[in-house]
Amino acid sequence: MAEYRLNTPLTDEDIAQLKAGDVVFLTGTIYSARDAAHKKLVDLLDAGKELPFDLKGAAIYYVGPSPAPPGRPIGAAGPTTSYRMDSYAPRLYSLGLKATIGKGKRDAATRQAMQDYTAVYFGATGGAGALLSNSIVESTVIAFDELGPEAIREMKVEDFPLLVINDSHGGELYAVPDRKAAGIE
Amino acid sequence: MRTIQTSDIIDAVAKMCVSSNTELPADVRAKLEKAMAEETSPSAKEVLRQLLENADLAFDTKLPLCQDCGLAVYFVEVGDEVRIEGGNLRDAINEGTRKGYADGYLRKSACDPLSRANTGDGTPAVIHFDFVPGDKLKISYMAKGGGAENMSRVTMLAPAQGWEGIKKFVINRVAEAGPNPCPPTVIGVGIGGTFEHAAKIAKRGLLRKLDDVHPDPDIAAKEKELEDAINALGIGPMGLGGKTTVLGVKITMEPCHLASLPLAVNVQCHSQRHEEVIL
Repeated sequence: MAEYRLNTPLTDEDIAQLKAGDVVFLTGTIYSARDAAHKKLVDLLDAGKELPFDLKGAAIYYVGPSPAPPGRPIGAAGPTTSYRMDSYAPRLYSLGLKATIGKGKRDAATRQAMQDYTAVYFGATGGAGALLSNSIVESTVIAFDELGPEAIREMKVEDFPLLVINDSHGGELYAVPDRKAAGIE
Repeated sequence: MRTIQTSDIIDAVAKMCVSSNTELPADVRAKLEKAMAEETSPSAKEVLRQLLENADLAFDTKLPLCQDCGLAVYFVEVGDEVRIEGGNLRDAINEGTRKGYADGYLRKSACDPLSRANTGDGTPAVIHFDFVPGDKLKISYMAKGGGAENMSRVTMLAPAQGWEGIKKFVINRVAEAGPNPCPPTVIGVGIGGTFEHAAKIAKRGLLRKLDDVHPDPDIAAKEKELEDAINALGIGPMGLGGKTTVLGVKITMEPCHLASLPLAVNVQCHSQRHEEVIL
């Protein structure tokens, strides 16, 4: 398991070298988007309109942060469960999105899209919202302000700690539950 | 009759919302530390180390432990010798929630189920009332995050399925949830009652301390049996593999209809944020 320091925007070369289990420290710009924001992004695409940020080489963080207290750029900011974005992810990967960041399993179509478009799925530690917020140095709402916690934010990150869960070669890190050992098979 | 002012209720509830979301309960910390000592996989250890560092940081900075500060759920025991003065009890709890979520910079996650429009202030809370003897008012708060709650299930088993059927369903649920609910989780199991009551008692069980032992030795043994079996699944912290998939299993059992065997599994994340206040 290797360790990488990567900068955004991410390239095919950046992604192709990654294997499930690798640790990545990401620096640069990432965008927050979760359930409601994804729906709005796809509605814009359907209407042939421009998105509020460039998908090419981009990384989307599935996060709805808590409000920033005085003196901090953002509140707690850990990942939300990713499967809810699976119905949108393959399309966004096909348009140049290189990475998504969240927690939990992805469906088969999303995993396939990562192989087809040289993209990756990173895991961040769920529930470590206070800790992860330390890697976010700036945060600005750039779209869908009305969604509150679900608005799209442009965030500057420094050495954001990530784990490669699904790589672009079909590899996956999650453990397969041992039902036999648990006595139900 | 003893009189309790709604202003005192509002303040107590607000305070509890903030402290619960920023201070990891001592019993949860102890379990996470124990798990870290027992894990051998480096990734499992690293996840647990991050969770403990996160708890320290949240305590020091007063940032929430998790950005998902939950839907506010309350179990309220109202003594029959208590009179509430200055307004309605439900309104007071909602007002306290509103205040706590604003004061603590907590995320407001309550929204319309279809339009998805956020109510903007963390309310309405989900409140369960119970009426008990005495002159006290006990309010238990739980921050119920969406990721873990989504992995919960209610089912109606056939009576013949018995304990084996219950066991299989609970373990399968945790296996299917896998990494999604932020393992290591705490599992509340409600057995009996009716369709809706099973779900309620499954959640109420999550108010117990992780290190307590059920007073009924038979149920205590069943909790241990489920905990060991679930940990044998090897899902591990964040689903990366390891020995710790659950920090605890809490069973609540009540009588049911002779035709029924209602079963509910309520999944709670590793933060297990809950607190109670007695007025």
